[in-house]
Amino acid sequence: MKALVLACLLYPLASLAADAEFGLTIKDHRFTPSELKVPAGQKVKLVVSNLDSTPEEFESHELNREKVIAGHGKATIYIGPLAPGKYPFFGEFNEKTARGVIVAE
Amino acid sequence: MFGSAIIVFRETLEAALLIGIIAAATRGLSGRNLWLAIGMGAGLAGSLVVAGLTGTIAEMAEGAGQELFNAAILGIAVLMLGWHNIWMATHGREMAAQAKSVGLAVKSGQREMSALAILIALAVLREGSETALFLYGLAASDGSSRVSLLSGGLLGLAAGIAAGWALYSGLSRIPLRHFFTVTSVLILFLAAGMAGQMARLLIQGDIIRPLASPLWDSSSLLPMDSFAGNLLHLFAGYEARPSGMQVLFYTLTFLIILAGMRWNRPRPRQATAT
Repeated sequence: MKALVLACLLYPLASLAADAEFGLTIKDHRFTPSELKVPAGQKVKLVVSNLDSTPEEFESHELNREKVIAGHGKATIYIGPLAPGKYPFFGEFNEKTARGVIVAE
Repeated sequence: MFGSAIIVFRETLEAALLIGIIAAATRGLSGRNLWLAIGMGAGLAGSLVVAGLTGTIAEMAEGAGQELFNAAILGIAVLMLGWHNIWMATHGREMAAQAKSVGLAVKSGQREMSALAILIALAVLREGSETALFLYGLAASDGSSRVSLLSGGLLGLAAGIAAGWALYSGLSRIPLRHFFTVTSVLILFLAAGMAGQMARLLIQGDIIRPLASPLWDSSSLLPMDSFAGNLLHLFAGYEARPSGMQVLFYTLTFLIILAGMRWNRPRPRQATAT
């Protein structure tokens, strides 16, 4: 019984297993690569490096994610597990140029 | 110019609406304006500090610092909003019943107001730091469009404050009889929405599991970037693609605060005589 309660309490905590890691770079208010392929059906660690001196906000309605990245800063964003498909994202502070899409397959 | 106005407007709006609702919900409490001003002032000062520390905060907790920080702020805000609503379940009724006794419950009212000042400070801190960062980015960028972008930002700021003010004056027009019911319902949804956002941040930082992601997808019916979707998101925490954990946080917070309000509601006359 105790073990069961403990398991139930711990279950919501994320697992410690290594996650697939992918990188995105922001330079001159653009994302590279602008199309990023990630595996579907598993949690993905996204590391966004901002090479600009100005801050940016990574945002995606499709991924349900939003995170501010300081100038010359780095941010880790966990996404998924995703169903196969296209998930557009953008930089809210420079929406015209900073656009990209994550393709889960 | 319009782009930057809209961004700043969106960032300001959330804090401004919260302040509008809190200001309306606490009308009649003595010293309210002073406490509101303290909350806003502390929040503004704090937001500049947080904006300056963004990089440092982000690197804490193995890259999940920003999520933990914002989730903690939201958690405290949810507690305070919940407590306010449960407190109001008794005092709001008393105040509505004896509309003229403005200085009622001065002692507990002061405690309530100081807690709400903290709440406002946190809301301003969270939204203000992002606005400060964005405006800083504009100011640091060179180019001829800088002045127009910055004036756009100020326009957005003014529009956000105006929206908060409009909500406040709108709420203040509601007859006292229904007034506390309306503000309580607004705050209940606001708190539940904040709890949902807290879950989203903790998932984004890989601290808790998403359970099902997404639990549903209503983005074709009511997209997040539509006007109605935005409005519902602001007031009731609507998400087009929420994860199971977000919905769980939302529902539990909603039910717990609602239960507290019911439980704290004064019984009919004969019972309150004791």
